[in-house]
Amino acid sequence: MSKPYPPTYKKVINVVMLTLTGIAALLVVSVLLFILGYLVWNGARSLNLNFFTKLPVPVGEKGGGMANAILGTVKLLTLASAIGVPIGLLGGIYLAEFGKGPFSFAVRYTTDLLNGVPSIVIGIFVYSLIVLPKLHPSLLARLFPSYFGHFSTFAGGVALGIMMIPIALRSTDDFLRAVPNTLREGGLALGASKAQTIVTVIIPAAMHGIVTGIMLDVARVAGETAPLLFTAFGNVFWSHGWNGPTASLPVVIFNYAISPYTDWHRQAWAAGFVLLSGIFLTNIVARLLVSGKGSRSRSYRLRIPMAALDLFSGKRSRVRS
Amino acid sequence: MMGVKDAGEKLSLMARLKKGDEVAYLITFASALSIILVTCLLVEHLWVDSALSRQAFGWKFLATSTWDPVTDVYGALPFIYGTVLTAFLALVWGVPVGIGAAIFLAELAPRRVSNVLTFMIELLAAVPSVIYGLLGIFVMLPILTKYVVPVIQKLFGFLPIFKGEFYGVSYFSASCVLAIMIVPFIVSISREVLLAVPQAQREAMMALGATKWDVTWKSVVPYAQRGMIGSVFLALARALGETMAVTMVIGNVPQIRASLFAPGYTIAAVIANEFTEASGNLYISALIELALVLFAVTMIINALARLLMLGMKSQEGGH
Repeated sequence: MSKPYPPTYKKVINVVMLTLTGIAALLVVSVLLFILGYLVWNGARSLNLNFFTKLPVPVGEKGGGMANAILGTVKLLTLASAIGVPIGLLGGIYLAEFGKGPFSFAVRYTTDLLNGVPSIVIGIFVYSLIVLPKLHPSLLARLFPSYFGHFSTFAGGVALGIMMIPIALRSTDDFLRAVPNTLREGGLALGASKAQTIVTVIIPAAMHGIVTGIMLDVARVAGETAPLLFTAFGNVFWSHGWNGPTASLPVVIFNYAISPYTDWHRQAWAAGFVLLSGIFLTNIVARLLVSGKGSRSRSYRLRIPMAALDLFSGKRSRVRS
Repeated sequence: MMGVKDAGEKLSLMARLKKGDEVAYLITFASALSIILVTCLLVEHLWVDSALSRQAFGWKFLATSTWDPVTDVYGALPFIYGTVLTAFLALVWGVPVGIGAAIFLAELAPRRVSNVLTFMIELLAAVPSVIYGLLGIFVMLPILTKYVVPVIQKLFGFLPIFKGEFYGVSYFSASCVLAIMIVPFIVSISREVLLAVPQAQREAMMALGATKWDVTWKSVVPYAQRGMIGSVFLALARALGETMAVTMVIGNVPQIRASLFAPGYTIAAVIANEFTEASGNLYISALIELALVLFAVTMIINALARLLMLGMKSQEGGH
């Protein structure tokens, strides 16, 4: 009689290991539920109308809100998008439609590199570029002196804008590549030039994906704190125009969280709740936009170098015929 | 002949301008180029602005552990130690959980359940680090102090890495927050890679009568290995550069301690804390040199990942 296969010990290992993987998955998901639950519980309780309409008040006084930080975040994101989106979009079009050879490789490599640069390093860079140009004078600083030499919304927006470029570029690149070549050929066959085909056929075909990529990009930089610490800095009042320091939600959360005052902690929870709600909503809406489109939903989800992913997973080749 | 050719060129120039191909090419090319320029500018700024510190301390900057703004002596060792230690520990906690969860989602869970859970896990990756820090301070530190650390110290307190008083802020706390932050990356990428493994790879071994776990561990995982290693690399790069969450729970004390329960400091944290208050050119320069070190490390990890991939590629070609 032959022994039964698999032997008992293998069956035991099987059950134990599979259970462990289930526990691991459960653990990770429960962390999310916990974070959400805790923030909603603590944040929503501390939230009131004042939070959205009033300026912060000194410690000890009742009331006060974070209206200036909310506006500051909106302004920073607007400026960041104005910088990051066009460059990312156009660069992505270049890579997908025109680029080949070593220059494209260099652009992709640099984009992944820039994507991997820690956000605090971007902060230092923009500090030395804009906030303290004396350290390292540049032509722009001489041309527009009023924007340079101090903390400002402008500097914060530039820092976030630089951080937005890589994902905007790579997601545009990816989604344009997903457009079938027959569409390109169809456009050209009708006598349209390449540029006309790109603008009227290819980009509309990839629009959903591109918009999704940009929304996720904005959601990601919305929570960035480190690059704002020494660019936008902070402000307890309204910040007028673009060349004064401004408050922003992430930085206020940080400052309030490490303060010793319970009332500030309460406000930090409220701000965290507002910030996270905005980010999650954007994420969910952005994904609904592309869900069911059969798109490659992978590339724009996380802040990761996409070329690396492609090569690692070996799922598709970067080389175009 | 020449005249005809010229006319043709002129006409085509007008036509070309109208069609916009050249214009489109130039504009998009300029955008693509600007990324390279920005990155070069970044390197140049970090390099030039850290010159003062590099000249003053040379390589000793990386190997000495005095950090004293009063006497203007700067050594980065405590920060490098803290950065490497917390990132390494985060991998120790995070990789098994992340890989395990990925295996569950790819191999065991029904596809629909798996998709929902993955979506949730990827939302975790969208949580800003300052919010992880907030939860770290007010939720995780008390839990660790009350429940986790006393148990560890009771069981393994004789080991030097678990000795000493625990105040909440520590290498250990920072590594726990980091682990939570990097797990979504590992799960998401590893799951994708596992799902891409051909079905035949599983069926072949199943046909031999192997258990589900044996199939997964001996046939599917080796096939997907390099993708999973890739996800760990990416997680490592993120853990090394993480700033806010770590700053809030590591304690910010520039010292080197063997005990994981002692407070420490990381490169990113010291920059975040001291940069706005830094006075004196050498001080600022030293902090910028830290940023340069951090940047260099990221670049090296990027390059390593690429080398690894190239090696794999050529290996594959040799088959």
